[in-house]
Amino acid sequence: MAEAKSNPVPLEQRRPLSPHLQIYAWSPTMAVSIFHRATGAALYFGTLLLAWYLLAAAGDKASFALVSGFFSSFIGKLVLFGYTFALTLHVLGGLRHAIWDAGKGFDAKSRDQLAWGSIAAAAVLTLLIWLVA
Amino acid sequence: MSNPIKFQTPRARVNSLGSAKSGTQHAWHMRLTAFALLPLTIAFVFIVVKLTHLGFADAQQMIGSACPAILLILFVVAGAWHMKLGMQAIIEDYVHSEHLKSIASMSNICFSALISVSAVYAILRLSFLH
Repeated sequence: MAEAKSNPVPLEQRRPLSPHLQIYAWSPTMAVSIFHRATGAALYFGTLLLAWYLLAAAGDKASFALVSGFFSSFIGKLVLFGYTFALTLHVLGGLRHAIWDAGKGFDAKSRDQLAWGSIAAAAVLTLLIWLVA
Repeated sequence: MSNPIKFQTPRARVNSLGSAKSGTQHAWHMRLTAFALLPLTIAFVFIVVKLTHLGFADAQQMIGSACPAILLILFVVAGAWHMKLGMQAIIEDYVHSEHLKSIASMSNICFSALISVSAVYAILRLSFLH
């Protein structure tokens, strides 16, 4: 509203704005779209943990014990579990985008199936990785 | 005379003169790195799962040996370029102030460089240690 106040042009004379997110009802494709961006951002900062682990492994016993201690703690495991889900969801999101890039799967049924399918497959893959590991 | 004959085709006139002067490079690099990262991520998961069972000396040995080292370096380098591009898109979408945008863009590049160089340094150190 502060923005509306500072705009000198009267409301009825302003150019129309395209409707933004809050106007639309949520759809599966909208959800996976923002999940893809959110998981990408999470993985971005998650690389700090990878760099930390590798530098610690290249360091001495004490630095490695510190990083191993973190990853075997409850918080560390929770972070790793979240990282696994973010990674699998982002990879499957990439595959989904590759299908759409090829011009396939755009009809109403397929695009929703691809959206829900990638979430379900990411959950299954995450559990599978943790069961095997 | 108001309509002089143009000896250049419209295509030649605009060649490499897109508004961003870079054409589709961002989109192309995003797909190229994503394509490379698909098998590399699978390899990365296998390596990490294996590493979780190893102590200090064995983990050092594994990270430094040829196959894991090469795959990890490729993963880190392709990943860093991919995430730099992704974060750039996020910054360009959400940061509207020109000053903040410049600072965020530079920070993004520096962060990606720092992460990738640190990780590659660690892997190479272990490779040459063993």
